[in-house]
Amino acid sequence: MTEALVGFFTGVLASMGLGGGFILIVWLTMFAETEQKAAQGVNVLFFLPIALIALIMHLKNGLVNKALVKRCALGGIIGAILGTLGSQIVAGGLLRKLFALFLLAFGLREMFSKAKPEMSDNDADKTDSKKNGTAE
Amino acid sequence: MKNFFEGTLCGFLNGFFGSGGGVIAVPIFEREGCSPQEAHASSVAFIFMLSLVTAVFYGFSGALDFGAAWSFIPWGAAGAITGALFLKKIKAQWLKRLFGAIITAAAVRMLLS
Repeated sequence: MTEALVGFFTGVLASMGLGGGFILIVWLTMFAETEQKAAQGVNVLFFLPIALIALIMHLKNGLVNKALVKRCALGGIIGAILGTLGSQIVAGGLLRKLFALFLLAFGLREMFSKAKPEMSDNDADKTDSKKNGTAE
Repeated sequence: MKNFFEGTLCGFLNGFFGSGGGVIAVPIFEREGCSPQEAHASSVAFIFMLSLVTAVFYGFSGALDFGAAWSFIPWGAAGAITGALFLKKIKAQWLKRLFGAIITAAAVRMLLS
């Protein structure tokens, strides 16, 4: 039952790139006595089919900026190799503390994030007071 | 070489922590001119690619537990379909704040334990 809930909400957030993996890793390490490294491995495996499903739907909706993804690809792959190797070198306890700091930074950023203009294509019905102010 | 270093940063963090590349990629993609929806969707494409690389390297070191992952995947798939269907409609702000608060609490607990 718990696995169903954890899996579902991880899937929802992961399909949007909102940090779903954090739920799964936190749950595995806090409540299912999984080592940090093993939990990270589970999340990566979990993410692949989940992302594939979401990706197919996002592609169909024409939401993927392919040119931008391509521009990031080479650096991304090199970074992924270095990061993965790095995680294998670092001791599990230290990795967990670093992960906690990463979570803390993310959690605080999300808590205090300002509302952005809504992410929808029917913006017409929610025109804000700042109509002309293209701020930033 | 535009976006090379942004890509490297996402890749490194996603590989190191086995998660979280998306939360770095989304703001970068928005800064590159994507709409929020487009940034979220594109980050999934990008992180999928990074996770393939990471999975291969985790696999070499024997750190992959397929059984454990499998017990979550059907539920996760249902969540992914739900999430992808509602990406166009969702009002993410309150969700983000709530999720941020939960994650912050978890982080503090981890740091103190």
